[in-house]
Amino acid sequence: MKLVIAIIKPSRLEEVRQALNSLDVHGMTVTEVKGYGRQKGHSEIYRGTEYAVHFLPKLKVEIAVDDALADAVSSAIRDSAQTGRIGDGKIFVLDLLAVTRIRTGETGAAAL
Amino acid sequence: MKTSKIIGGTALASLLLALPAFAQDAAVPAAEIVEETVAAIDTGDTAWMLVSTIIVIFMTLPGLALFYGGLVRGKNVLSILSQVMGGFSLIALLWVAYGFSLAFTGPTEGGLSAFIGGFDALFLAGIGPDTISGTLSTIPELVFVVFQLTFAAITGCLIIGGIAERMKFGAVMLFLALWFTFAYIPLAHMVWGGGLIGSWGALDFAGGTVVHINSGVAALVAAIVLGPRLGYLKEPIAPHNLTFTFIGASILWVGWFGFNAGSAGAADGIAAQAFLNTITAPAAAALAWGLGERITRGHASLLGFASGAVAGLVAITPAAGFVGTVGAIVIGALAGFVCLWAVVFLKPRLKYDDSLDVFGIHGVGGIIGALATGIFAAPGLGGLGGEDFDIAGQFVTQLLAVIVAIVWVAVVTFVSLLIVKAVFGGLRVSESGESDGLDLSSHGERAYN
Repeated sequence: MKLVIAIIKPSRLEEVRQALNSLDVHGMTVTEVKGYGRQKGHSEIYRGTEYAVHFLPKLKVEIAVDDALADAVSSAIRDSAQTGRIGDGKIFVLDLLAVTRIRTGETGAAAL
Repeated sequence: MKTSKIIGGTALASLLLALPAFAQDAAVPAAEIVEETVAAIDTGDTAWMLVSTIIVIFMTLPGLALFYGGLVRGKNVLSILSQVMGGFSLIALLWVAYGFSLAFTGPTEGGLSAFIGGFDALFLAGIGPDTISGTLSTIPELVFVVFQLTFAAITGCLIIGGIAERMKFGAVMLFLALWFTFAYIPLAHMVWGGGLIGSWGALDFAGGTVVHINSGVAALVAAIVLGPRLGYLKEPIAPHNLTFTFIGASILWVGWFGFNAGSAGAADGIAAQAFLNTITAPAAAALAWGLGERITRGHASLLGFASGAVAGLVAITPAAGFVGTVGAIVIGALAGFVCLWAVVFLKPRLKYDDSLDVFGIHGVGGIIGALATGIFAAPGLGGLGGEDFDIAGQFVTQLLAVIVAIVWVAVVTFVSLLIVKAVFGGLRVSESGESDGLDLSSHGERAYN
């Protein structure tokens, strides 16, 4: 099993959700996060004071999938989240050691 | 208008009574009738002054509180709202207890009468529902008392912007009481209560000197004495809710019609001119500030429009009923550009942390307005001054009034803060209290949960 973590632009969430839905991936966790990579942030001016804002708002999408689906999920996210401009985000894929569905106690792939 | 109606009515009644005996009894002496009705309350004037008073209260609660509350960080918004409501309540009670008496009653000559009034009306002794105002002869004295109360209260609350986000709550309250007693009351007396500055012939229609220079200078001195907020100029200290600030600025603008047009003291043509000037001056100032920002920084911002509008309202305050429509537009535009310069270029250079720019907007705007009144009140420039209006002489008088106000307020503020510091063992909250935010450390609550 794999855990796919994608950092995406907030405006792309709905496209990403639809793309994953068509792959039969029906569960995900979304968190509002802040961060920066190559995109450098922006400046804000309030009266006389100018601030450089380094941390930009992004969304972190976490999806646990079976090994066989991991590549398809990654490329679906890439296609749906891409705008081609700097700041589109990143996708990380991690090995997932164990999964338990709390309601039934099922474990492993059956719990996904 | 109402007075003439009463005279008419009384004359008619007398005529009817006199009619049967008309042949014997020639006519009712006219002088006697006029004497009976001369000191009458005009319900039109009284209604307008009551409405003005209500909307000036609304300027402070919640207008000014929201304007300031939006400009601070989310961890300090309740401290601002608390200080504004606490300050308003405190000054309201002090005004009734001794403020009105010391500002507006007492002998007109001799002793300290140039600087302070008397103790004749402590707790408004001798002033009842039937007392006609000594200052405005067509409204009840109680209406004048409460109208002036709202001016004292908002002036104190304006200072809170300069000391925001770092001062102990108790220290703020004691400071406001001392400043009110030794700066506001004498200045109100000197300008409006028959004291020194008024006797020079200085013009201050609605409080450029008494309200805005006063609060602006007090805020500047207090900001310098307190020192900057933790992290000032090092880390972002950005406004947490500019929507509040927009709502607050808009309420201030609407309330200012009571402030300026109400300062005519009657529902008349002067009130109408002041009303119009209270639209045109801030409109010009808001656009000037936005244009100045667009040229120097690349964007016209909402905070810029709101700040500009307030700067224009401040600057037209002393001039509102003295200048014509074009004069008001010029004063507004001037205030927009100069206050922008004070806030954006002067403050960073001098490095004082006047948190919400009370000096840059109210102090500088008040000075511009006070001086410009001496120019644009001239009839040749569309002003309402008399034919013998002397621009140079009036300008010097205005300048003297400004200087006296600045020095008086600066000294009182400085000494008051020393006293407060001794009483409270320091003016500022602890460093951890400041980084946790005053909402939690001073008031035990949070705005957003």
